[in-house]
Amino acid sequence: MNLESLYQEIILNHYKNPNGKVASVDSPDAVHHVNPSCGDEITLAVEMLDGQAHIIFNNVGCSISQASASVMFDLCESQSVSKIMEIEDSFLELMQSRGQGIADDELLGDAIAFVGVSQFPARIKCALLPYMALKDAISREIEGVSK
Amino acid sequence: MSLDLSAIKSDFPIFQQKVHGNKDLVYLDSAATSQKPNQVIDALTHFYRTSNGGIHRGSHALAERATMLYEDARSNIASFIGAEANEIVFTKNATESINLVAYSFSNATAKKQQGHALSDIEARFVVGPNDEILLTEMEHHANLVPWQELHLKTGVQLKFIPITDDGYLDLETIDTLISERTKIVSIVHQSNILGTINQVEKIFAQAKKVGALTLLDSCQSVPHMPVDVSQLNPDFMAFSGHKMLGPNGVGVLYVKSDILQDLSVFITGGSMIEVVHLEHSSYAKGVARFEAGTQSAADVVGLSAAVDYLRKIDMQNVHEHGLDLTQYALEKLQESRGVKIVGPQTMKERGSAISFVVDDIHPHDVGQFLDADGIAVRVGHHCAWPVCRRMAVPATTRASFYIYNQKSDVDVMIESLQKAQKFFGV
Repeated sequence: MNLESLYQEIILNHYKNPNGKVASVDSPDAVHHVNPSCGDEITLAVEMLDGQAHIIFNNVGCSISQASASVMFDLCESQSVSKIMEIEDSFLELMQSRGQGIADDELLGDAIAFVGVSQFPARIKCALLPYMALKDAISREIEGVSK
Repeated sequence: MSLDLSAIKSDFPIFQQKVHGNKDLVYLDSAATSQKPNQVIDALTHFYRTSNGGIHRGSHALAERATMLYEDARSNIASFIGAEANEIVFTKNATESINLVAYSFSNATAKKQQGHALSDIEARFVVGPNDEILLTEMEHHANLVPWQELHLKTGVQLKFIPITDDGYLDLETIDTLISERTKIVSIVHQSNILGTINQVEKIFAQAKKVGALTLLDSCQSVPHMPVDVSQLNPDFMAFSGHKMLGPNGVGVLYVKSDILQDLSVFITGGSMIEVVHLEHSSYAKGVARFEAGTQSAADVVGLSAAVDYLRKIDMQNVHEHGLDLTQYALEKLQESRGVKIVGPQTMKERGSAISFVVDDIHPHDVGQFLDADGIAVRVGHHCAWPVCRRMAVPATTRASFYIYNQKSDVDVMIESLQKAQKFFGV
């Protein structure tokens, strides 16, 4: 079993020095997602300004979920909703690739390092947790704006 | 007496494999589910090969034989915990066992509200907003969520015996927590996450004084130590077969015989009836009232084989072996840099499940490293999320032991932990 494929250097760096993480998220529109099997948690809020998403989050959890949130922040901060959806779809595809990766990986940047995670079924949920939270927060934000 | 460990281990075919290529399997997750000896696996296949028939129905040779094996198993399992056969209800697992009791409250309450006559026993199960259920902060979700549902349905209040910082039940306030309002005290015997063995006698004695019912969740105790209902004196006791070398899919609910006769039924249908009309029915007497539908007979017979296996080793020996390993593991973990045990730090009132956290490495990552070395542990909140919150940890790694484990398993785990610490640079 190849642990190095799971814990790539990029992942460990993001885990140790996460981007976008704040001490606490007070927004009333924040979403709270958990991974009930292991207790990973993320609280995340999005604010849309001029068509760009601004993300803050706070999380606890394993290296994979922490690193994934950091990479997600780098990829999605200040991006449009359509771009973020594109990134999310590609990342989901990568997670379902069972270690094979995906053809078009330019979009994903550092997130490509998570290809190893897709070989560990129990860890896929860890990597996806922040993306699920972001998706939820964006749809709430959009609904709120349209009301 | 020390156990013949190599003979025992050779009874468990699962250990004949290598994992992740070339690693010996070190199984330290018996608190989640235990492995099965050949004797149990053989009992299952033997039942299907030679005796499979519908139990309690049909008059052909196989139906008779299957019924006899099923009822013999009931007597055998009953005597294992000091009970009578007419006090043992088979369920799917301990979770279902506890739900059966929780539903007997909501069902009796609903019948009362409909104006139906209740027996004296059933009347003890009628609850409302002025009544209380006493649990502990240490409960597995299986002994928590069914009572939360009962609260939603009836308004009954839930109270909790607190946990001390070192992982024991805080019995300081037990005299005020148990009162005339208390309808049932339902507590875990050995915590699946902290390993604490609760001193239930004192709590149950207090409960009896005020006329409250008592339930013991003995999922983690019956597999590991001698447990005798005639000594502990609960009204109900729940445990699962798969944690004590038995098959999945069979659990036990012990119900004191004087209560069982009049308890409101839970799952209804075939087999549990006496006479059925289109609009109403009367129910069978005894344990059959609680065993609706075709039962998992082979699994019950398999559990009986597991009980035979444990009895042959002797539960006192099983217990002492578990304590030996626990003491050894506690010492080794306490010597390890950056490792903290969550729960009792000493052998005082403690069983063979040890939760710990490693500084700066999340349990999920710890578990991944151990797994790479062939070591199976449980990581997460262990279906006891409130315990994690109480002990201020998001999750833990848990090592739990059984008769097929030995001290070298602990050594392998400690070595692997050190590798993880090195990898993560902590």
